[in-house]
Amino acid sequence: MSSSVDTQARGFLTSLSDTLWRKPGLLVFLLILPPALWLGIIYLGSLFALLAQSFFSIDEFTGIIQYELTFKTYAELFRPSNFDIIIRTVVMSAAVTIAAAIIGFPVAYYAARYARGKWKALFYLGVMMPLWSSYLVKVYSWKLILAKEGILNWLFETLHLGWLLNAYLSIPIIGGNSLSVSATGTFLVFLYVWLPFMILPVQAALERVPQSMLEASGDLGAHPAQTFRHVLLPLALPGVIAGSIFTFSLTLGDYIIPQIVGSSRRFIGQAVYAYQGTAGNIPLAAAFAVVPILLMAVYLWIAKRQGAFDAL
Amino acid sequence: MGVGLSHSLCRLGKIAGCIHRGKLSMNTVLKSGTAMVLALTLAGQTSAQTMLTELGEGEGQVNIVAWPGYLERGETDKSFDWITDFEEKTGCKVAIKNANTSDEMVALMNEGGFDLVTASGDASLRMVAGKRVQPINIDLIPSWSTVDERLKEAPWHFVDGTHYGVPYMWGPNVLMYSTEVFDEAPTSWDVVFKPMDLPDGQPNEGRVQAYDGPIHIADAANYLMHNQPDLGITSPYELNEDQYAAALDLLRGQRKLVGRYWHDAFIQIDDFKNEGMAASGTWPFQVNLLKGGGAPVASTIPVEGATGWADSTMMHSEAENPNCSYMWMEHSLASNLQSDLSVWFGANPAVPTACTDGRGMQTAEGCTTNGMDDFERVKFWTTPVSTCESQGTCVPYYRWVSDYIGVIGGR
Repeated sequence: MSSSVDTQARGFLTSLSDTLWRKPGLLVFLLILPPALWLGIIYLGSLFALLAQSFFSIDEFTGIIQYELTFKTYAELFRPSNFDIIIRTVVMSAAVTIAAAIIGFPVAYYAARYARGKWKALFYLGVMMPLWSSYLVKVYSWKLILAKEGILNWLFETLHLGWLLNAYLSIPIIGGNSLSVSATGTFLVFLYVWLPFMILPVQAALERVPQSMLEASGDLGAHPAQTFRHVLLPLALPGVIAGSIFTFSLTLGDYIIPQIVGSSRRFIGQAVYAYQGTAGNIPLAAAFAVVPILLMAVYLWIAKRQGAFDAL
Repeated sequence: MGVGLSHSLCRLGKIAGCIHRGKLSMNTVLKSGTAMVLALTLAGQTSAQTMLTELGEGEGQVNIVAWPGYLERGETDKSFDWITDFEEKTGCKVAIKNANTSDEMVALMNEGGFDLVTASGDASLRMVAGKRVQPINIDLIPSWSTVDERLKEAPWHFVDGTHYGVPYMWGPNVLMYSTEVFDEAPTSWDVVFKPMDLPDGQPNEGRVQAYDGPIHIADAANYLMHNQPDLGITSPYELNEDQYAAALDLLRGQRKLVGRYWHDAFIQIDDFKNEGMAASGTWPFQVNLLKGGGAPVASTIPVEGATGWADSTMMHSEAENPNCSYMWMEHSLASNLQSDLSVWFGANPAVPTACTDGRGMQTAEGCTTNGMDDFERVKFWTTPVSTCESQGTCVPYYRWVSDYIGVIGGR
């Protein structure tokens, strides 16, 4: 009896194995199914549920959400106060991305080309270490650094350069009462927090640029600036683009930094939080949430057109 | 300390406005899981509005939804404990569920499984209307007589002649000022609303703060109510279009004076220490902590009065542990809770004698600091709705939110 059960069991497993071998497509399907379900239902499904909300609207009079398809909520995005938020966020994201690329590139270049042995380890440690501590702790400590009675202000005063800082802070839009309540402060903190996300991909890209190409460029009489412009930068561009996707999208979505450091003027993330969390205006919150998605789509499309992904 | 942080974050959501959300979710196409549960429970429950008439044995358990920091068992700070005693005395184990916003509180109560909730003015009426809470038999609460007369029949828990809650704590939003800048307490809120030179000769621009929540529009309305009587404002939470526009104009002027709006209690404390702030509307909580840290600040309620908040303990309509619940409500009034919590939180006890009878750490002086004597001058937070009592139609809360975002953005 027991031997026949064994045979049966073995027979099933054998036929299963045979089927899978004969139809490799089925095996692939079964293997892909769980992650596809995860991505499709949990990941994208929830996203689409949110986006669908953006096609509803809120009744102006009663504040009740109306479940009829409309573009009215999207039109609200173009009201001056809401459009300001979008512009402010995009300008900040672009500024942070460009600054991160400018600062990150030389750091990554040094690490990829010159750092060896323990210096390389030190580099990784230096870049990664800020990521190990809590994001909130970092932002709060920056608030203290930038405060009116903080260390940076003290440094300027000690160097008798207080007038310089004050002159800078009196500039409208980017200035304020102190660095920690100015847009410049928000920018600096964003830059600090997201910089590792720029440095690491750029460094990975630079390591793959063959030394021989740079030497060949020099041998053919190119000035170092020309070598950089025509050889190094194009070859490292995928890394810069990858890094910029991180810094740009992370800045677009963040709502904690502008709440702690800056002039209280809203960014997209904060607007979503306020509309969804306290106002019950989920359609407008959803419409705001669509903005970064569209912006990133356009950004990726332009990057692709520029050939940034050709080398990948 | 973390308590205050999370609570300050919650205050922002506390005045949350989506009053209709629960009701509406039923006819939406995209029901969230919670909404579905909610709809089902609402449909499956006919009113269970029976009031307990007699107290029996404790069930051994009571489940409470509370604001962070409201229920302490000595784990955050050893000297603040008002639960251990209760558990030993009654045998009812207290299970705490913290909620950060009024919406969360209402949602948790809708899901069920809880006995009590410490609800604020806006949440409480929503739950009464949704029949989520049951009438309270005040005869079963011996210490009811000690409750502040002014709170016994407050409109946020006393509806149509029925008690739905036991007062818990309340507090005003005071005007905090730096004693280095002001020799004596400012008499009007205009130091944070109008451009002027402060007593130390410097302008107030960049040295004042305002609350980073749409409910701050009510503070502006409260200021106008006193200083521009021709607008005819009777409640800062019930504004018609003209009154609302005037309040927004005042706030637009304020934007030019405010460097950063305060959002988190601890950030504001930091700003008063490190940014040279001179004055701001705030909670007694920050005043106490700053004073405790030796900072030169004091607080006052200016001539216009102030806005404020008041919470009450309410009981679920299907509470599984009604006896322990009543025991807790009695405990909340009779024990050291009222006194120690008012110290811990910088709030005012619902039982006035808790200030003076030495049952806890609170003193008469402490209560005065927290605003105990200013009850009449406090307009308690309620959610602005479009159909309002005083003048028919008012500007609803969701517009407060979008317009306040515009004001802060400089529009």
